[in-house]
Amino acid sequence: MQTLPQRLANPTRFMQLSGALLPWLWIISALLIAWGLYLVVTAPPDYQHGHTVKIMFVHVPAAWISMMAYALVAASSFGLLVFRHPLADVSAKAAAPLGAAFTLLALVTGSLWGKPGWGTYWVWDARLTSVLILFFLYLGLIALRSSLEDESLAGKLTAVLAIIGIIMLPIIKFSVDWWWTLHQPSTGFGSTVHPALRWPLFVMAIALTVLFFTMHMKAMRNEILRRRVKSLMLAAVERSSSRANAQAAE
Amino acid sequence: MDLGPNAVFVWASYGAAAIVIAGLIAWLIADGRSRQRRLDALEARGITRRSAGASRT
Repeated sequence: MQTLPQRLANPTRFMQLSGALLPWLWIISALLIAWGLYLVVTAPPDYQHGHTVKIMFVHVPAAWISMMAYALVAASSFGLLVFRHPLADVSAKAAAPLGAAFTLLALVTGSLWGKPGWGTYWVWDARLTSVLILFFLYLGLIALRSSLEDESLAGKLTAVLAIIGIIMLPIIKFSVDWWWTLHQPSTGFGSTVHPALRWPLFVMAIALTVLFFTMHMKAMRNEILRRRVKSLMLAAVERSSSRANAQAAE
Repeated sequence: MDLGPNAVFVWASYGAAAIVIAGLIAWLIADGRSRQRRLDALEARGITRRSAGASRT
């Protein structure tokens, strides 16, 4: 009797399952985003930030996803190094560019919120700087993987770097508590945010998180297809070279 | 929709989000189609995996 992780470890089974789930996940993501955007449009202005508080509805979810995606990369890397799960490396590779994109979005929207709020687009504040380092860490993971010809070695080395880099997550999370920063404390759903603003924030966070996992699943499928193409091309080369050897022997 | 004197920052934020998300989705779809086409072309040449029959989704 196979356990659930063992059953899901099979790439063929993953392709079948994800092929059936993906259309529904795209639809659910689109509906949640549409609902979230409706709530964003109808949300009242904040008493301090005015209408620029609407930036929070995309900035906070992007920042949350940037950290969650890194945790996913690190957990997948752990799965590769410790359990040698066949899909772990696929998951880590698929999540890195998505995490980088959401980190960039968090930085850009934070900067655009900073100008009207703080009077500047950027300061070398602990929170901003640590998130910028996270962005460069994502780029480092992508660059390291693509710089090595041997995919197995590239996966393992990238996994080691990803696990070391997880130290960035508590630094980002607690940077606003450990250091005196311009950035406000973390925005939680149970925080001082008014319910009229908390609800659109919650829906947008759920919507973008579902969208992230949908994109991650699609990226994993693409990576599995890429590996299949590569193995078939190797098989084709081997077949043609053995045929050539047989003809030469005749 | 009147977003006040800082409307440009709000619009720019949602524009950036739209570009990033639409870009990711377009890349994923184009990449998936390209991979599938190459796989189909190889299989059409008779180069198949042992489990090809069970894996077509």
